[in-house]
Amino acid sequence: MNNKITLTQLADSLHKSRFNNGAALTPEIIEEDLQVLQVLIQDREEFPVYVTIDDSQILCVSYLWQEQEIIPEQREALLEALLALNIPMPLSSFSKIGHQYIIFGALSTRSDADAILHEIETLSDNTLDAIELMADYLK
Amino acid sequence: MNLLNKLLTALRGAATETGEALVDSQGIRILEQEIRDAKEHLNRARESLTEVIAEQMAVQRKVNGLQTAIAEHEQYANQALAKNNDALALEIAEKIAAFSNELGAQAVVLESLDSNIATLKQSIAATERNIQGMDRELTLVKTTESVHKANEAVAARFSGSRSSLRSATESLERIKAKQQKKVDQMQAALAIQQEENGDRLQEKLQDAGIITKKATASAILDRLKAKRSEA
Repeated sequence: MNNKITLTQLADSLHKSRFNNGAALTPEIIEEDLQVLQVLIQDREEFPVYVTIDDSQILCVSYLWQEQEIIPEQREALLEALLALNIPMPLSSFSKIGHQYIIFGALSTRSDADAILHEIETLSDNTLDAIELMADYLK
Repeated sequence: MNLLNKLLTALRGAATETGEALVDSQGIRILEQEIRDAKEHLNRARESLTEVIAEQMAVQRKVNGLQTAIAEHEQYANQALAKNNDALALEIAEKIAAFSNELGAQAVVLESLDSNIATLKQSIAATERNIQGMDRELTLVKTTESVHKANEAVAARFSGSRSSLRSATESLERIKAKQQKKVDQMQAALAIQQEENGDRLQEKLQDAGIITKKATASAILDRLKAKRSEA
């Protein structure tokens, strides 16, 4: 018995869904081979959420800022703030891939479309909150 | 921890640059092969454990049988002695001796089988732990790999959806401005609607002769006076 959701099923479901604030979603599988789904959010097009499903987890990722956007002398304070914020930030955690700072949430591969929608909405809210909170450390 | 260490080094180093694999696929294939081998080994160990347990049960039955036979024959010997039939008693005693020798031999076999079972069980548990560890390593490597590959694909797309010239804070400002504009528009629309509704009601009231069409100076003064006395 396994009812693991596929990226295509998820895209179909998200297409019909909206955030609680009414924002429409535009899901698009941008990498068939690597199974990457891009979810554009109405009025927040600058911060899409990317979803990947692999054997071990469903990963929702949103991009924050790049290394060069950080005010150099504020870098340590920013990193410490991010570390401290990891727990209070609901469902999402911070990470870094190369020079790109990201915020992400990981779900079990058995999660259903509703749970993933909730994750995406929370992640999108958290993305905006995180940038607002960290604005002092950014150029 | 060894693998995590390697991953961290790779993540810190040049491998984070696009196009470079974190862990070579050869390494993943070797790990997968090791897991398959270990699982095969585990299956073989489980099969031999079953065989050894079956053998141990058979020997245990034999031991029990011999012990019962010895007890029985001791009774027979006692009865023969009671009847002063020494020849029969001796014959029975010889039989008991044979049973005892056989029991001694079987007890040694049983002991060796018992220790064999304990060793096999230990080996199976160790192999299971080993497989779990390798599975975890493999998941770790594969997840890291897939996240990085996905990231490369996303990074290419992302620079399109948010201009690389625009920073995170600028993008946030844009979003907030858009949201504010929406709120303003909604409020404006609401205000217009309220005004229209109000105008219509005013017309109806005027048509019905409930209120006069134009405000008069005296009516306004009356209203202001009434307000003042309230205050």
